[in-house]
Amino acid sequence: MQHRRGWEVAVEKGIEALIRTCGISAIVFVFGIFFFVFREGSGFLFSRFNPLEFFGSIEWYPTSQSRVRYGVLALIAGTASVTALAMAIAVPFGVGAAIFISEFSGPRAKETLKVVIELLAAIPSVVWGFIALSVMNPLIMSVFNVPIGLNVLNGGIVLALMSVPIIVSIGEDALKAVPDSYREAALALGVTRWQLVYRVLLPAAKNGLLAAALLGVGRAVGETMAVLMATGHSVKIPTSVMDSVRTLTATIASELGEAPVHSDHYQVLFIIGILLFTITFVVNLTADLVVRGIRSR
Amino acid sequence: MNNHRNDAYRSRFVPLACAALGLAFAVGLLACSRGPRQPEKTVIQNTGSDTMVNLAQAWAEEYAKVDPTVSVEVSGGGSGTGIAALIEGTIEIANCSRRFEPSEIEQARKLRGKEPREFLVGYDALAVYVSMSNPIQEITLDQLAQIYGEGGTITKWSQLGVKMPDGADEIIRVSRQSNSGSYAYFREAILGKGRDFNLGSRDLHGSKDVVELVSKTPQAIGYSGMGYAIPDVRMLRVAKKAGDTYVSPTVEATLSRAYPIARELFLYTLGEPTGAAKKYMDWVHSPAGQAIVAKSGYVPIPAGGSTPR
Repeated sequence: MQHRRGWEVAVEKGIEALIRTCGISAIVFVFGIFFFVFREGSGFLFSRFNPLEFFGSIEWYPTSQSRVRYGVLALIAGTASVTALAMAIAVPFGVGAAIFISEFSGPRAKETLKVVIELLAAIPSVVWGFIALSVMNPLIMSVFNVPIGLNVLNGGIVLALMSVPIIVSIGEDALKAVPDSYREAALALGVTRWQLVYRVLLPAAKNGLLAAALLGVGRAVGETMAVLMATGHSVKIPTSVMDSVRTLTATIASELGEAPVHSDHYQVLFIIGILLFTITFVVNLTADLVVRGIRSR
Repeated sequence: MNNHRNDAYRSRFVPLACAALGLAFAVGLLACSRGPRQPEKTVIQNTGSDTMVNLAQAWAEEYAKVDPTVSVEVSGGGSGTGIAALIEGTIEIANCSRRFEPSEIEQARKLRGKEPREFLVGYDALAVYVSMSNPIQEITLDQLAQIYGEGGTITKWSQLGVKMPDGADEIIRVSRQSNSGSYAYFREAILGKGRDFNLGSRDLHGSKDVVELVSKTPQAIGYSGMGYAIPDVRMLRVAKKAGDTYVSPTVEATLSRAYPIARELFLYTLGEPTGAAKKYMDWVHSPAGQAIVAKSGYVPIPAGGSTPR
């Protein structure tokens, strides 16, 4: 039995209590934030809220002098279209990069690539917004011959570049988690490298890759500054990738500053916040349950 | 063996822990100490209209030379943002390119128990901008309402009799976000009180952003303060209705009311301003302050008081 001094035991208990508080605080903060957002929007939510108009109408006129209307269908379509396009671009690129880093590159190339891709994640989102405004805008206008380059395509490309680091990180972890015995067995049977990836590794790692994609979706749905500047901020349901749209996040960011505190407009913006919170929560929860599926096997 | 490990642990951990605690204590003391390094400056917070933000910044910089003990901190965000902040009590002076709504006056009374006090500081003409590569020169208020308003019928340049190069016919409407005074003024003056903007316009954040986007987009039309004109855009001549004379947005046209979409610029305080804020307001109304209004591209109050509408 080790003889410990009294103060060492006290210090140990103190630090353990501190770390325990830190761990619990994460849960406390999440529930606290959800409670706060819910409380701010609840006044309107339980009295004048009309779900049919809210979810079904594209007419967003919160500051109208004649007929105030709160319809977020166009905003939901904006978020969905930009996120869908971003994932359509980011998932193939991200998974491809993860496969390359994990299977096809040597150790030095692997480290360099991982660092460079993390650098993409380090770029602040407002800088991505500037890139969208000053670089992508004229580029899209000249390449596709459209009158304006602030649209779903612009937002989708920028969001894809922002989501790729997450997908690569987690995807590469998922591929690394596949036991070497799978690879050795496949190689013993005489497969080529691509056959190894396509027929053995991807099916084995598919839960982790799916989780990576879902976390990329969560990132894309919650992104504010870059899409505010890149999408043209226009309330309408897009009919092509060249249409300008407005996302839920950009609406909150641009209108919360002026909405008088506790007014209807303010509360509706918080209800949009609840909607966003719910979407990202469900996406992240799904990703987590999917990853759990690997470990239980 | 155990004692040896304990001693090594103690000889590294304890001095390190003491040093960390000492550092934290010192930093805490430093943050709390308030040595008088410079004379206390009075700070006036000034937020609001994006149309007026450059003007307010020019005033603040000039006033810093007039009275170095007062610092005026300016930010934009839209007239609505300024009004909300004034009612909340986070700022002293709000810049507004529109008047307080009755509901906002009511809210100020309820929340703060004070009446908003309005000060006219200049005039602004709301200019309609198009790209230089667009041949159109003039437009009527009714045509603007048909372009921008809900249920409006004009969606193509050819409906205005304009032949665009490259046959690029679609009108790209550039507008402002709903917290903007320019947005509210355009809606009131041109669309009429009972009508809203049509959905689908590109709603930008600032006065400058509108002009920049219009300059880069040949098919675009946008509205912004006349002080934001740049060489790559043209300000259209405006007439109240077809058959009237088309008037260009200039200082003379604004003062003589010939230009149909001119508006007043205001500074608002809650209750009568006192102390440093009052001195600042008086200076803004003085010839020095009004000279800056003219230099910023707006229309100063004519000497001899404001002309009644």
